[in-house]
Amino acid sequence: MAEGALRIGIDVGGTNTDAVVLDASDRVIAKAKRPTTPDVTAGLRAALDAVLAEVAAWERITRVMLGTTHATNAILERRNLGRVAVLRLGAPATTSVPPLSDWPDDLRKAVSAGEAIVPGGHYVDGREISPLDLGAIRRFMDGVRADAVAVTGVFSPASADQERVVEELVGNEYGLPVSVSHEIGSLGLLERENATVLNAALYGVAAHVTDALVTALAERGLGAQPYLAQNDGTLMTVAHAARLPVSTIGSGPANSLRGAAFLSGARDAIVADVGGTSTDLGVLVGGFPRESAAAVEIGGVLTNFRMPDILAIALGGGTVLRAAGAMGVRVGPDSVGYRIAEEALVFGGSTMTLTDAAVAGDRVPADAAGWRGKGDMSETFRDTLQRALAVADAMVIDAVDRMALGRADRPLVAVGGGAFLLPAEIPGVSRVIRPEHAEVANAVGAAIALASGRVDTILPAGESRSKAIERAKEEAAARAVAAGADPAGVEIVDLLEVPLSYLSEPAVRVHVKAAGPLSR
Amino acid sequence: MSIDISDIPALARGCAVLGTGGGGDVRTGSLAAIRAIQTYGPVPLVELAELPGDALVVPLSGIGAPTVSHEMIHSEDEAKRIAEEIERIFGRPPAAVMSSEIGGSNGVAPVAWAAQLGLPLLDADAMGRAFPEVQMVSMYVAGLPADLVVMSDVVGNIVTIRPIDGLWSERLARAVCVAAGSTALMADYVLTAAQARGAVIEGTVTRALAIGRATEGTAEPLRALEERLGAARLITGKLTDVERRTTGGFVRGTATIDGTGDDRGRTLTLELQNENLVALENGRPRAMVPDLITVVDTETAAAVQTEGLRYGQRVTVLAWPCDPLWRTPKGLETAGPRAFGYDLEYVPIEELVKGEPRG
Repeated sequence: MAEGALRIGIDVGGTNTDAVVLDASDRVIAKAKRPTTPDVTAGLRAALDAVLAEVAAWERITRVMLGTTHATNAILERRNLGRVAVLRLGAPATTSVPPLSDWPDDLRKAVSAGEAIVPGGHYVDGREISPLDLGAIRRFMDGVRADAVAVTGVFSPASADQERVVEELVGNEYGLPVSVSHEIGSLGLLERENATVLNAALYGVAAHVTDALVTALAERGLGAQPYLAQNDGTLMTVAHAARLPVSTIGSGPANSLRGAAFLSGARDAIVADVGGTSTDLGVLVGGFPRESAAAVEIGGVLTNFRMPDILAIALGGGTVLRAAGAMGVRVGPDSVGYRIAEEALVFGGSTMTLTDAAVAGDRVPADAAGWRGKGDMSETFRDTLQRALAVADAMVIDAVDRMALGRADRPLVAVGGGAFLLPAEIPGVSRVIRPEHAEVANAVGAAIALASGRVDTILPAGESRSKAIERAKEEAAARAVAAGADPAGVEIVDLLEVPLSYLSEPAVRVHVKAAGPLSR
Repeated sequence: MSIDISDIPALARGCAVLGTGGGGDVRTGSLAAIRAIQTYGPVPLVELAELPGDALVVPLSGIGAPTVSHEMIHSEDEAKRIAEEIERIFGRPPAAVMSSEIGGSNGVAPVAWAAQLGLPLLDADAMGRAFPEVQMVSMYVAGLPADLVVMSDVVGNIVTIRPIDGLWSERLARAVCVAAGSTALMADYVLTAAQARGAVIEGTVTRALAIGRATEGTAEPLRALEERLGAARLITGKLTDVERRTTGGFVRGTATIDGTGDDRGRTLTLELQNENLVALENGRPRAMVPDLITVVDTETAAAVQTEGLRYGQRVTVLAWPCDPLWRTPKGLETAGPRAFGYDLEYVPIEELVKGEPRG
């Protein structure tokens, strides 16, 4: 084994928690899959111990990267959420739709310590709608009992100064952590406000995750630096994650896309992550996940996060097949899930699953040569299995076509435990790549991730435009460094300009993203 | 009847269908409507015939840049200030609020404004659909003078404009809107119930509600919507190309839909300018403005806005007749194909359907 630093990637998925160890040359030297536990942490420790058992030189492990569903679960289950004082800067504007108007009642009850719209906010051109009224903010704060505060100012992505003033005031005078919306989302007041409130509600969860990870490392005597994966496929330091826990939501699909890019060497590709219950399709553009243009809903709340553009179809290894009529077949949408090891025909069970159909069609994973001998694969099932496989292939082809946007020159990278289910040839892609270690692509994605920073703002379109864009690039790079990137390796990886209409001064909306490898 | 919170989702869906791809996102307006009904109670819906002849009807609409109105949402007091100003000018309070544009966000938001004012909503609007310009309203086509515009903004400014004609009305209103931060609330063509007869398009709120309800709880939402609209199905297929460019404050573009299933082998092209304006097949028009053309999701029958069009979507294009007012010479001059720069003689959708026997 080569000398040098090792790093561990861990990804907590809905069914399994995967872990890998990569050496200094980015080779996978250990991998493990353990069931995800309801508390998440036990599964995480089990996967960590499983890979550690395969590695001798623990002292060479320098970094541990974790992609986890703690935050998503907390929101979906309304558990461990902090009470948030919700402050909007914008009155008298925006009063027709108060904060949290579109939240499900139970989530609002669990999270809100009180809401207020106080004077403040900016116009699109940077003028103040009204000056901040610090007295009104203090009166509101004096009347609420909260664990954290969420502050959202109108047009703060372009003019952040008021949010910063309020952050300082609340921190100094009330000693509470503050989520400021310009650090969290882009234009679109209600969606950004929702994300900011969720972020503030997750501080406790973030501390719990960080503690669990740091404690697990300390207990095992590992001196490794911990990082958390975020929804764009990049990493942040534990300190950064403590400030922006909401950006860990959606890190799973992002990790699997980045892992697929790394394992296959493809920078532009369609990725299909085939699990036990569903298949997630995403697109790699220049090695990063293509981001969704549509608003993303988390726990019934609309946010404007930039999440990977994912199309999920109900097709996985455990998908249940049923004969329907003389010649028909129904494929899913239900799955036997983790019970596949008992229920599928190839494992001696009595439920027809997509795994059985794949095996009957000579699609067998490399490490499962013995499967075919098992179970009842008689004529009674053969026709149905054959037809089911054709239906499943058609579903995959249709989904690939929806994601491909008319381009047929890119490969498809098949990852996840069910990658063997996919056909060898799929119309609309140049070829199907099945990289080694595909079943733990998501953990690999966490282990190889970069650190990033982004800026989304409105800038004048006139002569000062190019200077303003340079400043936005510098700000994005600075944010990447704050997230843990090596200043020498930071690059601008995304720059998007959208012209705006109906304004007195021509203006553009600019989105910049910078990313770079972690500093040593 | 009256409009309650439970009616808002159906109304929003219906307004989105009548938006013919434009008219703005119905979500913020829906939230404002729900909030206002919670605070002030349900909004009575009245027919024009129920109002006395001298009752003042106030057509209201939000105008400005969508990016801005999505961020700097209306103040709760804007409608109130406009109503007070109108009372000062006319010496009596308004009797009802009317939507200027039933298609899109301006179809739903008037419920909020009516609730805030404690006024009924007139079951009518000035377009029967969505259009991009201020003068493209039924009152203009009916020959009512565009001599009064009242605008309010988020901080409480009120601007009363007395323009000499529709062109100046649009020009000055736009300048005020920009100064106000690129979003404002506007009342133009304030009219009496007597003047409104024949100058507004009646029954459109009820119609939007019925359209929204048609797709509820049915196994075949597309067929239900088609029947409710009396629409021709131009094509069912897949979006294979969307091209957009922003010029002069408008989004222009082209969308191409390739037929699937029974429509395999056919291709429909949609010309877009904020709204869907012309549908072409083999270079021949299949439907054109002012008739309504809406793209819906083939599975759910939910309307797809022009900015929401994406490659690969499975969609159906529906087209149906506009209000007869738009088919008059003045109506076509205002909002016919030539008003949008298309060198096309207007042919009603009913005749285009007849002329092309299709499978």
